[in-house]
Amino acid sequence: MLSGLEAAFFYLFAFVAVASAFMVISSRNPVHSVLFLILTFFNAAGLFMLTGAEFLAMILLVVYVGAVMVLFLFVVMMLDVDFAEMKEGALQYAPIGALVGLILAAELIVVLGGYTFAPQLAASVSKPIPDLATRSNTAALGDILYTDYLYYFQIAGLVLLVAMIGAIVLTLRHKPGVKRQSIAAQVGRTPATGMEIRKVKSGEGI
Amino acid sequence: MVVGIAHFLTVSAILFTLGVFGIFLNRRNIIVILMSVELILLAVNINFVAFSAALGDLVGQVFALFVLTVAAAEAAIGLAILVVFFRNRGSIAVEDVNMMKG
Repeated sequence: MLSGLEAAFFYLFAFVAVASAFMVISSRNPVHSVLFLILTFFNAAGLFMLTGAEFLAMILLVVYVGAVMVLFLFVVMMLDVDFAEMKEGALQYAPIGALVGLILAAELIVVLGGYTFAPQLAASVSKPIPDLATRSNTAALGDILYTDYLYYFQIAGLVLLVAMIGAIVLTLRHKPGVKRQSIAAQVGRTPATGMEIRKVKSGEGI
Repeated sequence: MVVGIAHFLTVSAILFTLGVFGIFLNRRNIIVILMSVELILLAVNINFVAFSAALGDLVGQVFALFVLTVAAAEAAIGLAILVVFFRNRGSIAVEDVNMMKG
């Protein structure tokens, strides 16, 4: 698939991605974890670029690094938590974690070593990737995303809308004792509710 | 040396395993657990894109796009729940999440 300079870049991106992913899970400070996760995403975007998935690479950088990781960074910095104390006793479960991880890795490597593509697979490709010289990756993705996958696209938008409303509803709070402007009450004010007319007898006052 | 789909799948397998290991290693810190989940989802996306490129099929990239969407939604909701929990309890340790315990 890739050779020469591309292969060299593949090894660069892959090595940095794996190394920074290891730093994500092992660093003591969560801020460093977030920053290493950003580095991982940058290198994964490089890997995407090498395979020709340019649009996904850019989406990964703009949406993921630009929005989600910054959100992580905000939350980590906003919460006043003693992370050093939280790290105590963390190695207690490391052996069982390493065991599970090793078994998982071994299984995945067994799968990687033993598979072959089915011969009829080439005929079952439903949306072939057009030649990059004639149609760019973004345009090709748009061609099928807005036609054949329109409903899925709309559902993805709905998922994001639900997530947005959910996050707002969860974190919104009204502090008691804070005066707020109620525009509806101001606009709905009439002379009848706004003032009171009394008959004052002359010489007596109210 | 020619880099093929197996190389991409190996990178993604290593990232996936690191994500699972991270959940065990940081089992008290829910922020790092969320980051490990992000790593796992990234590994899945690398798989999708690698197969898409190897088979010449664009559908894999479309699906990777939807995985990204759902992962973004998950991160937003998860962090919102985290912030609300921190406001109520003043802590984000996983073992403190026992208010519903009878």
